[in-house]
Amino acid sequence: MDQYTLNLLIVGATFALYIGIAIWARAGSTAEFYAANRGVHPVTNGMATAADWMSAASFISMAGLIAVLGYNGSSYLMGWTGGYVLLALLLAPYLRKFGKFTVPEFIGDRFYSPTARLVAVICLIVASVTYVIGQMTGVGVAFSRFLEVEVSTGLFIGAAVVFMYAVLGGMKGITYTQVAQYVVLITAYTIPAIFISLQLTGNPVPGLGLFSDYTPTGEPLLARLNEVVTDLGFQQYTNQDPSPGSVINMTLFTLSLMIGTAGLPHVIIRFFTVPRVADARWSAGWALVFIALLYLTAPAVGAMARLNLLDTIYPQGTNEEPIAYENRPDWIRNWEVTGLIQYEDLNEDGLIQYYSDGAAIAEERGWQGNELTVNNDILVLANPEIANLPGWVIALVAAGGLAAALSTAAGLLLAISGAVSHDLIKGRFNPNISEKGELLAARIAMAVSIAVATWLGLNPPGFAAQTVALAFGIAAATIFPALMMGIFMKRINNKGAVWGMVTGLIFTVVYIFLHKGWFFVPGTNQFEDTIAGSLFGIQSTAIGAVGALLNFVVAYFVAKSTEETPEHIKALVESVRVPRGAGVATAGH
Amino acid sequence: MTDRTTNTTAATHRAASDGAGYWRANVRLIIGCLIVWFIVSFGFGILLRPLLQWWEVGGTDLGFWFAQQGSILVFLALIFFYAWRMNKLDRQYGVDEE
Repeated sequence: MDQYTLNLLIVGATFALYIGIAIWARAGSTAEFYAANRGVHPVTNGMATAADWMSAASFISMAGLIAVLGYNGSSYLMGWTGGYVLLALLLAPYLRKFGKFTVPEFIGDRFYSPTARLVAVICLIVASVTYVIGQMTGVGVAFSRFLEVEVSTGLFIGAAVVFMYAVLGGMKGITYTQVAQYVVLITAYTIPAIFISLQLTGNPVPGLGLFSDYTPTGEPLLARLNEVVTDLGFQQYTNQDPSPGSVINMTLFTLSLMIGTAGLPHVIIRFFTVPRVADARWSAGWALVFIALLYLTAPAVGAMARLNLLDTIYPQGTNEEPIAYENRPDWIRNWEVTGLIQYEDLNEDGLIQYYSDGAAIAEERGWQGNELTVNNDILVLANPEIANLPGWVIALVAAGGLAAALSTAAGLLLAISGAVSHDLIKGRFNPNISEKGELLAARIAMAVSIAVATWLGLNPPGFAAQTVALAFGIAAATIFPALMMGIFMKRINNKGAVWGMVTGLIFTVVYIFLHKGWFFVPGTNQFEDTIAGSLFGIQSTAIGAVGALLNFVVAYFVAKSTEETPEHIKALVESVRVPRGAGVATAGH
Repeated sequence: MTDRTTNTTAATHRAASDGAGYWRANVRLIIGCLIVWFIVSFGFGILLRPLLQWWEVGGTDLGFWFAQQGSILVFLALIFFYAWRMNKLDRQYGVDEE
């Protein structure tokens, strides 16, 4: 059986599994659909949350970025896990006690202001649409390889599938479907990693293999990797980027991802519906357990993929000649179809010179420039092919990547369409809209978001994980401070919250647009998105932390200089702070 | 919150003073946990990494390990510790869900 058929078979089988579970679960009762998490054990809920959370950015893109960035890629690892500490300590138990279903509802009630709710909805939509662009990038990569087409064709097919998936309800709220998705996703991620770790280090646990000895030479794997990459003129894998400002950028970027994690509505929402406040605390822990299974493996996948890739190109070592283009392995041929690997024989010797431009060795060896361009987003998907693993493993990874991308993209589209139709149109502009009209508005919002995300996905503002990181920056600068102040600072009133969120949103979005192009249209940026070229010496992915700080400061001073928070709101805050008396979460319609 | 206002004055008073103690204990616990959270990630993983250079782990140093794996393990421990302590505090102050 050829690889193409095998891919179709395994991807098809996993989808049949999700749909089967969805039908089986839906047959129960409709009430269960709305409160899917009630009566579900915190461990099960944690697994479902992990599936919801881990998207194309975590699955497809992150390890590839770590492979290229090395130590500096640690921001993604710490940022996307450390946020759960903030979520568990600062938000989840209190929002559960509050007992409503959506984030804008909490903000609207706590700050006794429909304007605050409207601003929260806008922030939510901006962050979610940006997030979807990142997902579409990942979907395009996965579909292009798996259907063996060009990446833009893959993107169009992916967009159509995401739309149908989201219209079907995305299988959201059905916890057991998400548990199945988690199992597929983590199996697909771990199996190739175990194989590769065994091949390179003899250690079956990839997370430990990363710090073990490299079998062929007996030296530590990371030391070996450092040697190979520096030979080719790349920066040392395990060291901090030596350019000025990189430490502060790494710190702010990590912080942006952390507070963004705690401010993204589709994650928070999972903790609204657990049975009890105590469970909200445990659930965050269990979610992180299942996320950590992937995140502890990811740095090993990144380092080992980088080493494998360089070993493939330089089978005799970096001091000998690289392989000839004619003898390139099948995986390079396969990925060339998608356009995500490109080769240009600059010095016309038929060999693949892959190195960092400007490396000292280039001149003495007669190299005319780097000849191979490998898109970071393909590394995880190509990993099993690079390591010569069996065909079913390759197909399984494709299925895992699609599960990750589709479930998160569909979930976000549902969040966007819900915010537009329910919070924006019904809540603000036309309270008398019919149920049919609301549903139509939701569908239109969904279609428009996909169209926009697909169009921008053709020329994405970055690799999947980087685009998603921008969404986290926006959430960090807007939603998180409002929620935290709502719980911890009674003094913050309606005006403080509104001005804080508006400041955070405008500052962060304008800064991102100045560096990534206005509305992400390529070429319309005023500043280069590098540390040296940026406006404040801070890259756009790291600006969310600054936006969050501005949000806090503005909210504090505006609240201080305006009237006191009303007594009944103070009482509301008091009641949110203690678990006793938590009822069942209610939807605000 | 409406059910709270219907309580007797004495009960409300006691609940309020207990509530304040409970909240203070909670905030102290949160601050303690966040200090650890900060030290392992931003500290050991990034800013204090040069201080950990002497401790070698698998071809690199301890700071690299904290940045790529160690901090995640500490985050996990922190969340479970906080959940366990808070659920105990809830009962201690009589504010748990009955």
